[in-house]
Amino acid sequence: MMHPARKQRLQLVILIVVAATVVVSLVVYMLGQNANYFYTPSQIAAGEAPRGVHIRAGGMVVEGSVVRAADSLDVQFTVTDGASLLVVQHRGILPDLFDEGEAAIAAGSVDENLVLQATEVLAKHDEKYTPPEVADAMNDAYRRKQGQKESVE
Amino acid sequence: MNWLSNLSPSWQWFHRLGSPRWFYQTTGRWLPWLSLLAFTLLSAGLVWGLAFAPQDAKQGNSFRIIYLHVPASFLALAGYYIMAIAGAVGLIWKMKLSYMLMKSAAPIGAALTFLALFTGAVWGKPTWGTYWVWDARVTSMLILLFLYLGVLALQYAFHSNDAGNKASAILALVGTVNIPIIYKSVDWWYTLHQPATIKFTSAPSMHPDMFQPLLVMILGFYCFYTVALFLFTRAEILCRERKSVWVKELAMAREQS
Repeated sequence: MMHPARKQRLQLVILIVVAATVVVSLVVYMLGQNANYFYTPSQIAAGEAPRGVHIRAGGMVVEGSVVRAADSLDVQFTVTDGASLLVVQHRGILPDLFDEGEAAIAAGSVDENLVLQATEVLAKHDEKYTPPEVADAMNDAYRRKQGQKESVE
Repeated sequence: MNWLSNLSPSWQWFHRLGSPRWFYQTTGRWLPWLSLLAFTLLSAGLVWGLAFAPQDAKQGNSFRIIYLHVPASFLALAGYYIMAIAGAVGLIWKMKLSYMLMKSAAPIGAALTFLALFTGAVWGKPTWGTYWVWDARVTSMLILLFLYLGVLALQYAFHSNDAGNKASAILALVGTVNIPIIYKSVDWWYTLHQPATIKFTSAPSMHPDMFQPLLVMILGFYCFYTVALFLFTRAEILCRERKSVWVKELAMAREQS
């Protein structure tokens, strides 16, 4: 059996933790989508992102969509979340990890054509870590499989 | 200490744990072995991770900062629970030793949180393209740093140890809300920070050759954390119990030898 005074203090401790949890969960719930670091292309296509305001948008860079200008640092690419596409225009140097087929986040404002005029482009990497030889072997196997499929068709 | 008399035998181990003198003597016996274990694990893990583990296919060698970043973040979160539970035990059982543990956990946790944020910034520049972002994970981790510093600051904000202990413990308890938020932030919001590589429910999304040294580093950090917590708490015990007979005898014995 616990001493009544200690039991009371235990209840107080539990009350503090529960009350703090409730308050913070409510705040977090109210913040809702605003706490998101970026919008998805679907949200922008659906008009959920404000126009002309500085926002961030992220998605996977579509293969073959990166177009670099020959005489300037202008670059244009398309990102997708699997459902919608978003065109991003940017002037500047892209981070090392930026690549087609990889995730990227662009910060800037959406113009009237729903094109994101990005002032900053960040690369988002995934939680997978693979040695280069293993990655190469996996890519080779994937290509072979694709080749087999095509030859069957 | 009249309440000690109505303790049932099953609570005696708990009572003994609460004795600063017992803690000081026991940890004194454990410390050499724990330090040796921590040193062995950390040096083996660092050499293995930094020199022998393969580089990452996409990030190259810069991924190796994971061997400091992830263990430091692990202990920054786990250490917060240790601090908060110690605070709760102090509040409920009025245990002196528990408050000393709580106070000692604060600077260690703050240092580990800073290390996690710093290594994250160094990692962020080459991988993300920026040192700092205000996404949910990074921001909640910064709040953790302020919570640790707040607990530490409250300890020194009062003239009496007792008032400082209570204030610190309450702040530590309120702050526990932040820990699951940090942990789940990458799943609840779209963050720039990637989701967890090591999960409790499934295999790690990391090649075994890279994962094994990480595991050694995490174990090493746990041992190192324990050593640091013991050392800080022992110093705190000597400071707060300086008027007790056994500390005076200890100091006399040191002076003579």
